[in-house]
Amino acid sequence: MAQTLLTFPKGGTHPPGLKELTDKLPIEQAPVPEELDILLIQHFGVPCTPLVKKKAEVKEGELIGEVEGGLGASVHSSATGKVKRIGKAPHPISVTAPAVTIAVDKNSEPPSYQPRDWKSLSREELLAAVKKAGIVGIGGAGFPTHVKLSPPTQAKVDTLILNGAECEPYLTTDHRLMLEYSREIVEGAKIILTILGISTCHIGIEANKMDAVEAIQKAIEESGSNGFHIQVDPLQVKYPQGSEKQLIYSITGRRVPGYGLPFDVGVIVQNVGTTKAIYDAVVLNKPLYEKVITVSGKGIKRPANLLVRIGTRIADIVQYLGGVNPGLAKVVLGGPMMGFAVPSLEVPVTKTTSGILFLTEDEIDTRPHGQCIRCGWCLEACPMGLSPNEIGIYVEAGKAEETSRFGVFECFECGCCAFVCPAKRPLVQFIRLAKSKAKK
Amino acid sequence: MDQDTIDKTVPSPLAVSISPHIKSGESVERIMWTVVVCLLPSLVLSIFIFGIQTLIITLISVASCVATEAITQKLLHRPITIKDGSAVITGLLLAYVIPPGVPYWMPILGAVMAIYVAKHLLGGIGFNIFNPALIGRAFLVATFPVAMTSAWLPPIKHGSLFQYLGSGVDAVTTATPLFILKHYGISAVVEKFGSIHSIYGSFFVGWRPGCIGETSALLLLLGGGYLLYKRYITWHIPVSMIATIALLTWAFGGEKPFSGDPLLAILSGGVMLGALFMATDYVTSPSQPAGKIIFGIGAGALTVLIRLKGGYPEGVCYAILLMNPLTPAFEQWFGPKRFAPPKGTAK
Repeated sequence: MAQTLLTFPKGGTHPPGLKELTDKLPIEQAPVPEELDILLIQHFGVPCTPLVKKKAEVKEGELIGEVEGGLGASVHSSATGKVKRIGKAPHPISVTAPAVTIAVDKNSEPPSYQPRDWKSLSREELLAAVKKAGIVGIGGAGFPTHVKLSPPTQAKVDTLILNGAECEPYLTTDHRLMLEYSREIVEGAKIILTILGISTCHIGIEANKMDAVEAIQKAIEESGSNGFHIQVDPLQVKYPQGSEKQLIYSITGRRVPGYGLPFDVGVIVQNVGTTKAIYDAVVLNKPLYEKVITVSGKGIKRPANLLVRIGTRIADIVQYLGGVNPGLAKVVLGGPMMGFAVPSLEVPVTKTTSGILFLTEDEIDTRPHGQCIRCGWCLEACPMGLSPNEIGIYVEAGKAEETSRFGVFECFECGCCAFVCPAKRPLVQFIRLAKSKAKK
Repeated sequence: MDQDTIDKTVPSPLAVSISPHIKSGESVERIMWTVVVCLLPSLVLSIFIFGIQTLIITLISVASCVATEAITQKLLHRPITIKDGSAVITGLLLAYVIPPGVPYWMPILGAVMAIYVAKHLLGGIGFNIFNPALIGRAFLVATFPVAMTSAWLPPIKHGSLFQYLGSGVDAVTTATPLFILKHYGISAVVEKFGSIHSIYGSFFVGWRPGCIGETSALLLLLGGGYLLYKRYITWHIPVSMIATIALLTWAFGGEKPFSGDPLLAILSGGVMLGALFMATDYVTSPSQPAGKIIFGIGAGALTVLIRLKGGYPEGVCYAILLMNPLTPAFEQWFGPKRFAPPKGTAK
């Protein structure tokens, strides 16, 4: 397939892929643990109000938390059982957050989900099904999907992009989903196109996953066009190819301005995993309460791609995968470039967890940082054309307030600068500090 | 694995820090020591050209730089960073830009000036305005003008490495090609160093009078080429600087316009050493392509201006020093272009 690979115009870097640990492993159903902590703050937005009381019986897929006004998405019970506690649980980003703890009834019958023909449903009904299922962007920040799929009327959206770039090292979640659920993803794309009332969809996949490119292409052919134009765009392997603004440029050549959103340039982006969840919600009427995650790194005995219930504690996953290896130093939720390090294994999986990495001492770099030597490598690596070196120096000098002229608020913390920095400077940390002090 | 074993293997608490959690294998140490290795061939050759005392001068220079750095950092209560190799580079470069016949105490003074004043009093690595080694040289030229402009040695013959060791160098001093060119013209250069074609050859290899580490274009190009290959430096500054020197010398360096000898100009003096190893210093030169090219053109033009119109036969050192303080302005003027700034902002 002689095709020019699309890419973004500046910056980026090439961290080692390290995907071979899991990219050949089929998705495997993890056992349901004895207890689940369903966080009422799964992501960005307003926390949910619990709809159940202590000791209440709950069914798998039952609505247990809802947002009362404001931006957010419902949460559902990931298993049948009894509410053990409504209290707090460790949170991947905040230290703790309100959560519903469920004692799982292991002998319950799993619900069965029968497919229905979605084509008879109206746009409003489709959107309502997405909202009811509690779907959020599961590849990234967890923006509520029903909100994203209702752009303001003045926005002239003409293109849907499905993000299958999966540019973070180690992660193979989207890769496996595209291989094993290619039909559902293509069908999900058609559902989204119908909701948006448009016909063009591009599916961006990094060229290190040519088997996924072929699987999706085959699924598109088998599904027939039905008036939709869906195509796969292989992308150059370069981090952060899957970043929303970079991906939109790679595929459409359009630039989303600073502080702007994709619909400003007529584009809506959805992760392929979210698209699969939309399919489940609309066709199977199944809420989002389980998801595929990559468990990888040299620190875990058996790396795997697991289908886990939301609310499963990391410790239960470790137990199932045979434990950890000596030398484990860091546990990261998400990818190694943008993920969050967690202090304990008690943290539960959320809707936005794309992977759990068990990193050993030799996989991370803990060398102390030195002074900036002004090599300019961070300037070359920054996909947004910012000056991370200057921001870092200003922050160290106590002048974080003065950094807005370097465009700190355009930074989405991809980590390219800190990855390439030979002085090992914690540039993302400096930038976060700058953002908290500077004014837009 | 049972729960107890897992609990024992998992460190508590686990390390937490802000992303990214992986970093590239590059480091300041690796860059600096690679530069050191790329500079060493010139030192080895200098021993065979000027004798064993070039090694002694270089070792004294390096040791003085490292010692000055350690003492300064200790006194300023800063972390001691002599292992990063940057003081070693300064020591090498300082020795490389002084004549091979100077007394052994001279590099010590240069080292103190380079490391204590030019590097650490101006903020330490990353903040110094001028290239420390060149400040060391400029200080020595200003303070000991006679030694620094006359302690040139003719290349040794018959491999007698110890020829100049301990002997009064006054008896054997010679003149550099640039000095002869400046004062007596090209015909005198040819008379002293042989036909113009053999001059190109011998100068390219390094067989000519000059500073300790500057003579061999061949070995400096090899070292610089490796740094280019490793992407530790880019082509912009060396190419623009060398090209500017060649072009301007050709245009203005002869008796009539466009009759100068561009090849001789770039093979003599400190052009190769300066363009590849000094003007490319991260701290004191721009980091963006446009800024680099203008920096290189400026350094090249100033070199030719000093050579043709100034009081010194060679101008590389001062040309780079004059361009160094413009770096912050160049960084600002030719900074990166933002990918997608907010609507309504200028850049």
